[in-house]
Amino acid sequence: MAIQKILCCCGSGLGSSLMVEMQIQDVLNELGVSGVEVEHSTVSDVTPGAADLFIVARDLEDFIADIPEDEKIILSNILDKDEMKEKLSEKFGL
Amino acid sequence: MPVVEFFVNVLSTPAILVGLVALLGLALQGKPVEDLIKGTLKTIVGFLVLSAGAGFLQTGSLLAFGEIFNFAFDMQGVVPNNEAVVSLALGEFGQATAIIMCVGMVLNIVLARFSRFNYIFLTGHHTLYMAAMLAIILHVGGLSGWMLYISGACLLALIMVLSPAYCQPTMRKVTGSDSVALGHFGGAGYWLAGMVGKLFASDRENSTENIKFSKRLIFLRDNTVSIGLTMIIMFLVITGVAVSRGLLTLVPAGTTAAEFVSNPQYAGLQHLGDLLNIGTETTTNWIVWAFTRGLSFAGGVYIILSGVRLIIGEIVPAFKGIAQKLVPGAKPAIDCPIAFTYAPNAVIIGFLSSFVGGILGLLILGVINAQIAAIALILPGVVPHFFCGATAGVFGNAEGGIKGCIAGSFVHGLLITFLPALCMPVFTLMGFTSATFSDADFSIMALIFGNVALNVQGAVLTGICVVCFCLPILFNLVAPKKAEEKKAE
Repeated sequence: MAIQKILCCCGSGLGSSLMVEMQIQDVLNELGVSGVEVEHSTVSDVTPGAADLFIVARDLEDFIADIPEDEKIILSNILDKDEMKEKLSEKFGL
Repeated sequence: MPVVEFFVNVLSTPAILVGLVALLGLALQGKPVEDLIKGTLKTIVGFLVLSAGAGFLQTGSLLAFGEIFNFAFDMQGVVPNNEAVVSLALGEFGQATAIIMCVGMVLNIVLARFSRFNYIFLTGHHTLYMAAMLAIILHVGGLSGWMLYISGACLLALIMVLSPAYCQPTMRKVTGSDSVALGHFGGAGYWLAGMVGKLFASDRENSTENIKFSKRLIFLRDNTVSIGLTMIIMFLVITGVAVSRGLLTLVPAGTTAAEFVSNPQYAGLQHLGDLLNIGTETTTNWIVWAFTRGLSFAGGVYIILSGVRLIIGEIVPAFKGIAQKLVPGAKPAIDCPIAFTYAPNAVIIGFLSSFVGGILGLLILGVINAQIAAIALILPGVVPHFFCGATAGVFGNAEGGIKGCIAGSFVHGLLITFLPALCMPVFTLMGFTSATFSDADFSIMALIFGNVALNVQGAVLTGICVVCFCLPILFNLVAPKKAEEKKAE
């Protein structure tokens, strides 16, 4: 299924998830992907179907254990653009 | 002139004002019209949602909490929760907060460019909360209008670069690089945890990450769960004590709502009508009441956070984009979970140790209140201990291994209990009695500038704030440049 909505999550859904969202926007532009909605929120809002792709940092991995493997990305460093680029390209099949 | 009146009204409506700030930020980035409309409207909605959350938090939980705590213990109990106190402050100080936040971010860029603290503070919700707090304490100093805005913005910009700066020596050890900074107004607490950690520097290699530690407590990272759980327990304990002191039999059965409201004897119980079953057909069990009130608090904060998310969601990216263009080499200062991935065990150990510090601190405050002088009781909140205590743990671990982690976050737990207690006189003056700011930098700023504001008023106070803002820039011009000299060699 084509990815149309990405949700980045952190504990309070205010700080680091917004950082990830901004980074994702940059990376998607660099990859030439457009028309994808990127949003950020708290891990409380993670439910299957709420987005096509969920992104969290490694320390919150357990929170999204219910989400199938191909619908999530776990980042070991939320500021590492190369890691993000590699994992996103894979999901988008680029 | 009706036209002038219209514009004054627009600019004095906080919701529209923050919308205009977002509009400005989006326009400066050259976004297309549809993005301007979307971003502006979402920001305004965010502010309105925040106000709705504030109202619900008050009537659903906080007012009842204050009254029942007072009845149970004959003293003031304070919940340290930034969202709660900020949402209340925005009712009166919304306009000032919005302007201080906007000008403060501009001045942050100025400091990043012209002083040696080249940090851009990207944790937007903390910028908003600090702006609200500065509006409150400077109002105590008799400031209003543009003098309030300038003074507040100067202090806001100052702490936006100072806080990352004093965390950076330890932050470098946490991340192993100098490219990113910590932007979280618990900074003073983390600095202290790092200093305490240094006492165990010889044991630094013995890190928390070398041991196996259960990660099961990580579920407390979910704000709604941790606030809900804490507030249920607090409401149950406090209501239990109040019931054992005869709260439920205080008002005779059959008292009508009108009699209850008009009788001065019940003045301190006005928000407990549904617990006391005034004018209702059904009776509410106090345990059920305490349970739902505890979760109402979590619900109120959830609504407030949704509002805050909408407000800063547009403003922070604009701020980041503009700052990067104007100060290309500046380091981004980012919210505290950035430190968590480097030491996940220290996160849990730090939280537990800080929380124990918070409970011990509460007991000490209780003894001081009973024996020495009246002081507010700062209840241990899971959220500040989790986010700030965890970060303090990571800092302590980076300096002094597992011993540094435990000692550093324990001292941090004591700090964020005592500091808010010392600040309560200033906030009580402005009518904020049952909720207060939790993280260390808020308390430090309130303590320093709140006391300045109590002694110095008006133009002199504004002058002090402006001078404080200029100091880092003057220092950069006057003092020899050590770091650059080293690089040159």
